Amino acid sequence: MTMATSEPLRTAEPKLLRSFRLAAWLGWQIESNWADPFLFAVYSIIKPLSSAAILVVMYSIITQADFQAPIFAYIYLGNAFYIYVGQVMTGISWAVIDDREHYKTLKYVYLAPIDYPAYLLGRGVARFLIGSFSVGITILFGVLFLNLRIDLAEVNWPLFLFSLLVGVFMLAMMGLLLAGVLLLLAHHMWGLGEAVAGALYLFTGAIFPLEVLPSFLRPVGYILPVTYWLELVRRSLVGQVAQAFPTLAGYTNLQLVGILLALTAVMSVLAVVVFRWCEGRARERGLIDVVTNY
Amino acid sequence: MKRGTSLQTPEWPVSLLKPQKPGQRVRKASGWRLFLKTVLARAYPRIIGQQREKSWMFFDVFLPLLSVAAYVYIYRAIKAPAEYVGFVVIGGAMTAFWLNVLWSMSSQLYWEKEQGNLALYIIAPNSMMAILLGMALGGLVATTLRALVITVIGSWLFQVPYAISSFIQLFLVFTLALVALYGMGMMSASFFLLLSREAWHWANLAQEPIYLLSGFYFPIKSFSFWIAAGASIIPLTLGLDAMRQLIFPSGAALGFLSVEVEIGALLLMSVLFLLGARALLAYMEKLAIQEGRLTESRR
Repeated sequence: MTMATSEPLRTAEPKLLRSFRLAAWLGWQIESNWADPFLFAVYSIIKPLSSAAILVVMYSIITQADFQAPIFAYIYLGNAFYIYVGQVMTGISWAVIDDREHYKTLKYVYLAPIDYPAYLLGRGVARFLIGSFSVGITILFGVLFLNLRIDLAEVNWPLFLFSLLVGVFMLAMMGLLLAGVLLLLAHHMWGLGEAVAGALYLFTGAIFPLEVLPSFLRPVGYILPVTYWLELVRRSLVGQVAQAFPTLAGYTNLQLVGILLALTAVMSVLAVVVFRWCEGRARERGLIDVVTNY
Repeated sequence: MKRGTSLQTPEWPVSLLKPQKPGQRVRKASGWRLFLKTVLARAYPRIIGQQREKSWMFFDVFLPLLSVAAYVYIYRAIKAPAEYVGFVVIGGAMTAFWLNVLWSMSSQLYWEKEQGNLALYIIAPNSMMAILLGMALGGLVATTLRALVITVIGSWLFQVPYAISSFIQLFLVFTLALVALYGMGMMSASFFLLLSREAWHWANLAQEPIYLLSGFYFPIKSFSFWIAAGASIIPLTLGLDAMRQLIFPSGAALGFLSVEVEIGALLLMSVLFLLGARALLAYMEKLAIQEGRLTESRR
């Protein structure tokens, strides 16, 4: 009996990987099994399409549906890929609230032989998959019905895949940072993720070029890695369109990749340090199993 | 005020909260008095809670303002006329009401079930309709304050020009739209009685699609007539449309129906939704009891 229970722990994959894999499975179950697959698919389609449709209607009213203009592709693609920000970053941090307040299992998670940061990142996998589905559907809708011109032969695939990979990692690190902060918060935990996501939506040029912002607000966008990530994704998919706007036109793709990597590295170090500090404080103050019932 | 009469006079909130002294005889309220007391008692924590946790006010105002700013800058990026910025500010302020109805009215009974309060509501000798009305009243007062702050700050930040053509009609539209909206929230609350962990997802799903269909950020006239007419089942659709017609110089040209027709439709919806809420609540409560869903907790 003892042999049977201890054997898997001794021979299984490293703790980090095991925590990540099991959390990914758990996250998928939580996110998807509240409804049958068809209803879940409909749910996953309606939300992102409605969000995109708001922008499309606003745009078409003012421009008489001039979907050929470069600004349309800029807005549409920025909005589509921004879905990852909400899903990955907010998703990872939301796992803290979910486990602590809703399921009341956070203390048991801590008691289990797992690596907690890896567990949190794993919980974000399901959100990443759902987000990828939503991004894909949104772009497909744009290509099929809104004359969004993405020529698959002209897409810079290596740049796209690399940017996507780095971007998702960067968002996961931001999620980890936020999760750490949420471990210490009780009162504002519901609004913090949304506040950060909302601020990023506004300051990163996701749906309008940064030049539209007042000049004193633009520097905020320039220090955020999401700004460079969205620019790279746009350039890789519709290069000539993205380069029509002056915001980052002075930078080559290589320079943008360099900036994104540097900011991602800074963000990663910051996320790990902040998370460890917050986690330590939360344990000292007995906040791991706090239930506020807000 | 004489001792022993405090519970008879509906001087809210003092009369409701004044503790009874040991041995003092409590006069039981019944009928409309109990109904009114229940309404006020349920409204009380919503209004006072808002004052006690002032930092919530920051998040409740700050988050909608971020969305408002983002949509304003989109309009500026595509060089939209100035009044569209005003449309966004007013629409953004009204999202506070929709979010309140969605998360604090419709899904409230689900949260109460999760917390274990729902059974107590049912057991207590008061009307569930009064509890829902209290939630609506409390939410309405607190949310009006938030919406007002969003409107003032948004208008100041983005220099929105207003030209109000009729204050009376504006007041009527605003009031009727909210009565109808909260009536709808009370109706949908009874549906949420039957839901479990899927409730959160349904409430979440009712955000962006409703922002789209109700024209929170653009005139509903942009849709075809039948789509706009269908979307009008949500009171905020007509409410927003009428308000825009009444407060913006070019609003009337972008209106879906005339303000008078929209006021009539909102009045009709107010009556129908409140009556519907009463009937549905009674039916759903009975069904939930029969199916044993009032105390279930499937997280």
